[in-house]
Amino acid sequence: MKRRLFLKSAMAGSAVATAVGAGLLTPSMAFANTADFKAVSDAAGAASAGAGKGSFKFKAPKIAENGAVVPMTVDASKMSGVTNISFYVTANGTPLAASFNLSGAAAGYVSTRIKMGKTSNVDALVTAGGATTKVSQEVKVTIGGCGG
Amino acid sequence: MGKIKLKPKARKGVIGIKALIKHPMETGLRKKKGKVVPANHITHMVVSHNGNVVVDADIGSSISKNPYFKFNVAGAKGDTIELKYTDNKGKTGTATAKSK
Repeated sequence: MKRRLFLKSAMAGSAVATAVGAGLLTPSMAFANTADFKAVSDAAGAASAGAGKGSFKFKAPKIAENGAVVPMTVDASKMSGVTNISFYVTANGTPLAASFNLSGAAAGYVSTRIKMGKTSNVDALVTAGGATTKVSQEVKVTIGGCGG
Repeated sequence: MGKIKLKPKARKGVIGIKALIKHPMETGLRKKKGKVVPANHITHMVVSHNGNVVVDADIGSSISKNPYFKFNVAGAKGDTIELKYTDNKGKTGTATAKSK
């Protein structure tokens, strides 16, 4: 019975491989993030490296009990001409969590919830008037109860 | 899938838009019983205010399941807020609400 199962799963595995080979499954469907998003993420990483300290408020928990839901808020309402707000989690596979392009009547305020694999620094990037600034904070993820 | 809660609320000339989208947000990295769960997450979201785009977001797989967003937009009671999203499978969802 076990051998039968093994054979079946082997067959299923090879079927997937052929599907990828034949171009039925495009890589963007099989993998986590699209190439486009990867490019945006890389750009954000580069921007983050050169960014100075921002004068906006970034609210994130110091300790997150559940890494699957980490609430965070960027409040840059006092800054004018905010065009982009991004969340950048250093230790995640694709570090950029999300990038919000703001325009028109939107105020520099975004609040959302993100996933984190492990304890990491989180950078909030705010672009206003062409200049990018950041505020980073370490968020400890404690799945399993004992400190990260 | 595709259920969206959209609640704009006007206060002192600013509309606070709260949005909750029901979406699994699978990263494509997680495994269930040895098999990879295929990626299924929102990639793009647009929020408009009276027909003008105010937020245009690129969203990665590392946003939580059933994502929640909050934005502030200058406006008044009765303004129309529209939210549209697209996921990596090409599915879209739309919600429209009048500000309270």
